[in-house]
Amino acid sequence: MAVAYLHDFEKPIAELEDEIANLEKLASRSPADLSANIQSLRERSLALKREIYAKLTPWQRVQVARDPNRPLFTDYLNALVEDFVELHGDRAYGDDKAIVTGFGRIGQQKVMIVGHKRGKTTAERVQCNFGSPHPEGYRKALLKMQLAEKCHVPVVCFINTAGAYPGIGAEERGQAQAIARNLFEMSRLRTPIVCLVIGEGGSGGALGIGVGDRLAILENAYFSVISPEGCAAILWKDGGKAPQAAQVLKLAPKDLLALGIVDEIVPEPVGGAHHAPEAATQLVKAAILRMLEELVTVPIPELVERRYARHRRIGRFLEGEAAKVYFESTIAQASARAQAKAVKEAGKEPAAAATNAPREAITPASAGPAAGAPPLVAGSPPATAVTSAPAVHAAPVPAAPVAPAASALPPNPPTTPNPPASAPAGAEPSTATKENAGAVSPGPVQSVQRHA
Amino acid sequence: MAWDGLKKFVFRRKRDLPEGLWMKCDDCDALIYKKAVEERVKTCPQCNFHFPMTGPERLQLLLDPGSFQERWDDLTPADPLSFVAVTAYKDKLAEAQLQTGLRDAAIVGTGTLHSRPLVFGVTDSRFIMGSMGSVVGEKITRAAELAAAEKLPLIIVSGSGGGARMYEGCLSLMQMAKTSAAIARLHDAGGFFISILTHPTMAGVMASFAALGDIVIAEPKALIGFTGPRVIEQTIKQELPKGFQRAEFMLEHGFVDLILERQRMRDELAKILNYLP
Repeated sequence: MAVAYLHDFEKPIAELEDEIANLEKLASRSPADLSANIQSLRERSLALKREIYAKLTPWQRVQVARDPNRPLFTDYLNALVEDFVELHGDRAYGDDKAIVTGFGRIGQQKVMIVGHKRGKTTAERVQCNFGSPHPEGYRKALLKMQLAEKCHVPVVCFINTAGAYPGIGAEERGQAQAIARNLFEMSRLRTPIVCLVIGEGGSGGALGIGVGDRLAILENAYFSVISPEGCAAILWKDGGKAPQAAQVLKLAPKDLLALGIVDEIVPEPVGGAHHAPEAATQLVKAAILRMLEELVTVPIPELVERRYARHRRIGRFLEGEAAKVYFESTIAQASARAQAKAVKEAGKEPAAAATNAPREAITPASAGPAAGAPPLVAGSPPATAVTSAPAVHAAPVPAAPVAPAASALPPNPPTTPNPPASAPAGAEPSTATKENAGAVSPGPVQSVQRHA
Repeated sequence: MAWDGLKKFVFRRKRDLPEGLWMKCDDCDALIYKKAVEERVKTCPQCNFHFPMTGPERLQLLLDPGSFQERWDDLTPADPLSFVAVTAYKDKLAEAQLQTGLRDAAIVGTGTLHSRPLVFGVTDSRFIMGSMGSVVGEKITRAAELAAAEKLPLIIVSGSGGGARMYEGCLSLMQMAKTSAAIARLHDAGGFFISILTHPTMAGVMASFAALGDIVIAEPKALIGFTGPRVIEQTIKQELPKGFQRAEFMLEHGFVDLILERQRMRDELAKILNYLP
């Protein structure tokens, strides 16, 4: 428990813990019975930890996920895997130290272990590139997973990487190809796969060993399409805006669960895994064993079918009538804005009139999906989109009668937040503004989506 | 993903000449006659650099006239994360939609090439760098499923500097898994997939469906890879060798079957298609 409290938000906890330590020291020297005081302080500390950790911001959670004292893959490996036999190499180029693979046993369950190794010492960290794999790492992982398939042994992947290694060698040896191949093969591997993000889930480098029947994430881990720093550098041209980026990227476990990306959040001991590694290990072990238990009884064809459906349904978009309404209103707003900008730039109107009016028109609709935008489609199309008519549009379908459009639009656009469908859409005639957008063929995908 | 720096690298030195008869080549910097570029189907007469083409231009280039039937053109991106940073994703989408006339970066459907029916898809790099969000992922997936069900070959022309679209967070990242799984299914059903890589095809798109063709074709000099060149430069702190991550580099390292010039692409594709059952 002697792990330091490194983060700003842990300061109140650290102070309370100091107080407890002092009191304990005092108690050992004084005849008075202080145990009641110590006990009450301990309870307060626990409550404080619970309170602080329940309210961590996404950025604070990223910091916890990266905490140097947090248990790494090798810690879980040592603590919960027995009879481990490490298997090296990709049989083609080399043995990437950033991914460790091998046979092992968790409880009574034989498994193939795959995990990102980040290293404990500086030398180790350098050796395994701080857990950022090269293509040979992904190829090694795949080879061992295919071995597991042959042995009818489930695969357990521990994910903890900032991302795949960015370097000349990595590109020369096909980093993209290696990751793509893993996604391809893992999606149809004929043995159960359980994936657990234990720290950082950095983009494609994480996903390269992250396609499975279950994707779980520790309470204080994250999974993101891009690092918060990278996102901030692009959007704000300032890596220091990473806290804001972490917020908008929705990379925290609860958000990922709500988006249907992870299946479950594995709880950590109060105050984070780094303050109670043994307890954390037990929680992880229980979660993995439970997930495996649920999966090993499923017949393989059904398992693979469900795995496909699991990934098939991820994604949110609009389709059919809902899409049409939404699209027309956003395009109308955008063209109004473009119009206002053009007018402003041309200097034909006093700046105030040109800028204020369109803003007013935009605000109500852009207040969020609840403000009138249609519900999102998650995976399967909404009922409105499923028409039996196999009406496929020919490419040269005349574009929708786009009303006199932008040119006819007065400098002050309509003040209604959602203009009626007949209002000028403002878009150029194009394949995307067809009136008959609602009549789509359901296509052959329906049979697959029913599993969703 | 590899958005970092890529935008600058790929679209660097934006033609700083006024709209006129001449333009500057993005690759060799030569001053070139615009009409000559158009006549050569948007390629540089000096260095043969292949400029990005729009989705509709690509359809026209590769498919029999009038044969393309678009599918699922009503799919529209939502803003699942309510992403607002410097600009809102919503506004960015509307801007791209207004500019391109598309709803998102992918166009998919059926058509014929030298009278051979196939499923065809293309990503348009004008639309948020051709990046893959929920709509692009869904359309590619449906295209692969259609190809498997109808026993038609699948051709997808990729052009994405952005990879997985940041503005849809992990939903975009998971499209990599989704599209790759769909390609795997097509493969298991005995289907064929020809992946055509154009400038630039990077990051999440290259690390998923675009890399998984039975046959992988690249356009000359196209930038192809995982991590953007500027990020690599920043990481290793040295300049990258000339031609790094270009189509010729990828061919040399064994990740591309052949490089095809745009002008011959359609006829060569027809030849290849003749070998498929």
